[in-house]
Amino acid sequence: MATIYVDDRPYEVDPAKNLLEECLSKGLDLPYFCWHPALGSVGACRQCAVKQYRDENDQRGRIVMACMTPAMDGARISIRDKDAVQFRAGIIELLMSNHPHDCPVCDEGGECHLQDMTVMTGHNYRGYRFGKRTFTNQQLGPFINHEMNRCITCYRCVRYYRDYAGGKDLDAFASHNHVYFGRHEDGALENEFSGNLVEICPTGVFTDKTLKQHYTRKWDLQTAPSVCAHCSLGCNTIAGERYGQLRRILNRYNAQVNGYFLCDRGRFGYGFVNGDRRLRQPRLLQDGESRPVSGAEALKRTALLLGRQSRVIGIGSPRASVEANFALRTLVGSRNFFSGMAPGEEHLVARMLHVLRGAGVRTPSLCEVESADAVLVLGEDVTQTAPLLALAIRQAVKQAPRRQAMQLRIPRWDDAALNEVMQQQKGPLYIATPAGTRLDEAATQCFRGAPDDVARLGFAVARALDATAPPVRGLSREERAAVQAIAGALRKAERPVVVSGSGCGSEAVVDAAAQVARALGGAGTANLCFTAAECNSFGLGLLNAMGTAEAFQRVADGLVDTVVVLENDLYRRVGRASVEAMLASAHVVAIDHSATDTVAGAEVAFPSGTFAETEGTMVNNEGRAQRFYQVFVPQGEVKPAWSWLGELAQAAGRTELTGLRSPDDLLAALGRAVAAFEGLPERVAGASFRVNGEKVPRLSPRASGRTAVSANVNVHEPKPPEDPDSPLAFTMEGYPQQPPSPLITRFWAPGWNSVQSLNKFQAEVGGALAGGDPGMRLIEPVANGAAAYTDEIPPAFRRRAGEFLVVPLHHIFGSDEQSAVAPAVAQRSPGPYAALSPEDAQTLGVQDGEFVEIELDGGMFQLPALLMSSMTVGVLGVPVGIGSLRGVDLPARSRCRRV
Amino acid sequence: MLTQDERNRIRAEAAHYDHPQAACVEALKIVQEHHRWVSDEHLKEIAALLDMSPEALDSVATFYNLIFRKPVGENVILLCDSVSCWIMGYEGIRAHLKEHLGVELGETTSDGKFTLLPMACLGTCDRGPAMMVGNELYRNLDNDKVDEILARYRHPSGA
Repeated sequence: MATIYVDDRPYEVDPAKNLLEECLSKGLDLPYFCWHPALGSVGACRQCAVKQYRDENDQRGRIVMACMTPAMDGARISIRDKDAVQFRAGIIELLMSNHPHDCPVCDEGGECHLQDMTVMTGHNYRGYRFGKRTFTNQQLGPFINHEMNRCITCYRCVRYYRDYAGGKDLDAFASHNHVYFGRHEDGALENEFSGNLVEICPTGVFTDKTLKQHYTRKWDLQTAPSVCAHCSLGCNTIAGERYGQLRRILNRYNAQVNGYFLCDRGRFGYGFVNGDRRLRQPRLLQDGESRPVSGAEALKRTALLLGRQSRVIGIGSPRASVEANFALRTLVGSRNFFSGMAPGEEHLVARMLHVLRGAGVRTPSLCEVESADAVLVLGEDVTQTAPLLALAIRQAVKQAPRRQAMQLRIPRWDDAALNEVMQQQKGPLYIATPAGTRLDEAATQCFRGAPDDVARLGFAVARALDATAPPVRGLSREERAAVQAIAGALRKAERPVVVSGSGCGSEAVVDAAAQVARALGGAGTANLCFTAAECNSFGLGLLNAMGTAEAFQRVADGLVDTVVVLENDLYRRVGRASVEAMLASAHVVAIDHSATDTVAGAEVAFPSGTFAETEGTMVNNEGRAQRFYQVFVPQGEVKPAWSWLGELAQAAGRTELTGLRSPDDLLAALGRAVAAFEGLPERVAGASFRVNGEKVPRLSPRASGRTAVSANVNVHEPKPPEDPDSPLAFTMEGYPQQPPSPLITRFWAPGWNSVQSLNKFQAEVGGALAGGDPGMRLIEPVANGAAAYTDEIPPAFRRRAGEFLVVPLHHIFGSDEQSAVAPAVAQRSPGPYAALSPEDAQTLGVQDGEFVEIELDGGMFQLPALLMSSMTVGVLGVPVGIGSLRGVDLPARSRCRRV
Repeated sequence: MLTQDERNRIRAEAAHYDHPQAACVEALKIVQEHHRWVSDEHLKEIAALLDMSPEALDSVATFYNLIFRKPVGENVILLCDSVSCWIMGYEGIRAHLKEHLGVELGETTSDGKFTLLPMACLGTCDRGPAMMVGNELYRNLDNDKVDEILARYRHPSGA
């Protein structure tokens, strides 16, 4: 610790930080633009000028940039000094000389860092009376709007996009007064994390194009803390609504999970909430026709189906909350509760949970992956299946070269100097997958092979690390060399991480990743990161549900009268024939937020709320249980799934759910019933939680139009909706200051209207949120006990003539069921294809785009061939969740012929 | 399309460095030497040769004011507008050139012979006003001398 003096007041600071960070951490207001906690300092904008004095006798001092000056012990600075104040006002005036006066029509207005800083420096009147330079804007695709005239040339966008996110297609052009940030030519920004430009840009150059289509000012949005529902990482988000429509997703900082950033699927995939596929009223299927009915009528019909004599089973869902799944489990009984995951995925989730809860491995948070200094990825295309994990790995490869650069005594925050030393050096990252991935460009070495060969590589690495692990026979010379290189890099690293998951559908790959992690040893070090298919895969996995296949078997055996399907489109899980057989031979009651094919075939369907209209808990890939809160009251008869289940039970005269009337009740019961959730109910701020006796408001005190918003219907001001289920309120009234971290509904502080106000919510800038980051880890390794190696090593992949191994290929845009129907995401989604190596294409005699036919699970599928030079020979890739190919467990062998 | 000769020369330059990107300015100069300017198509070809994105290369190309990203005339006139030349009568030369050529600064004559550009300093402050035409430096300019120089470029055979 060091002591610095700011305007003659002493502060205890960390000497490894710079003066700007430390001033902000101490709550002092110092304006800045180019610095960002995740990007470090470059000293480009000159806005954070302060006066520094040599010692207490120095009366003159000199102007320095706070972001470029270390917080050294004994440093004396002044923020209030007249020269420094004048300097900062001058910089703003200069930056503003080309900035248009368009705040009223600018999407950033009201949450603009440039506005805030301009007010903070006191630059009120403009002396500049000449023409302003103007630019032509670019079409940057469905996510980002471009308005270059507003640019103040802070360079944050390219520093984030290129240096941090690894993007290639955004750069700074020209020089002087006409520096331009954009693409080489019009076109969608290719990087999967482009949406963060919206929050990185301090003004309105890059704004959210999806928000623009139903624009609402920040202060008019009703917002609540939410958790992303589009992959297994569970990034924290703030979801905003107005007039019954979800209007945007912003990042909600969680130092352990997503930090400052989201992926584009998470940010722009919310459109399904407002989509026309939503189910807003219960429906009954009668004589082959589905018609909307009242809730009462639907319940009446269901009461007959769920009666006491009826044999009822429940099928849960990895995209439904823990509470909803548990409510169904409680209603039907744990022996009659089935996971609803695809059988292969279900098996892998169980396997991964088993590994993570065993000895010798520990799963890292995303933040810990970022600080890993060697990474091995086995079988998983993380950019597509768990995008933010790829962003974390892109930071991890900078660890080793940065550590070396810092030996030159360059501070950690001095970004430009570190980059100069590091150049294009990258730390060890090894990737083994069936086909090329976007992360390959950052990798030390890539290995291509069928899932079994990927697994064998992993097992061999484990053996190279620990001679007591079982050996792998029959590796090629190249494979042996790769194994030695990987093992050497992992052994040398201080914080190695193995990344794998259910992405390529192989149990052997999951086992191999576990084997490497165990061989690395070092109990207590976070070393094994798994990803699963959906937002609550692990939460459902912890509920010990029965296997999905068994549910279908029971129905086929005539042992079931009624099936309750919770937020699950079964056509995505098992073959069409199986689902149709179930629909034909049992009464199916579906509860879902959208009209899926399962809903269409169900006898009764109830409309449930999406993540934005309900409250609940999801467990991410780290085993972190996180609460998401209802953002708004939905239109129509939409209710939370657990609420419908309670009503169903009551209507049928069943008592299983009696007394479980809220998410809190369900969570408490869950904590008692399932050991994995023990302690969680106590950690969650329940509905009765109050801050100073008050609820936390979802609306800002500046929300406009409450008295007029429904005046076309009735001039009397309506009573705001009540929220009996959470400590949040659907009003402007309530605790006006910062709530505890899990209940942050928006980032705002006096004088700080933009997302940069986050500084005021952190214990120290760039660190944990004040009071700790939200969420509770449910999975910790057992403290001791020997980690056993498995010796079930698969034989090398051998292709059979005329046959392919069909593997799933994932897409950030299109593979996730919910976000795929969001209009912006749908625009970026690829069409169906069958990817194969040029070599195989030649053998089959097909050209790119010509159709091939494959046979899977008894169904024939015709797909256009896509020649992929990185595809393993003998392997054929099909996109997950895209086109008609669904409900097939992959990998699977298939014949393939030219059509 | 870049010629084989251009490609060979660019590859030879790139071979001098650990990272081919380091040769990007030389590569742009080589292409400009052949074509007088760097078109979008050429830029993409160079980028592919040097394993760069077109964005990264264009950011370099647009930074330097002597890499031309728009077509220029056969002869590029760089007229010095820095302080010494200004004292020595730059403004008169500028007016004369503009009238003589019928173009503003930054423009190309309709016959495609000349492009007139301002230049910050040509390093010959003791002999101002000065300009360059192509690679030739001309000093101690006056209107007659300018006419004579331009005539030479207009009729290179001397006829």
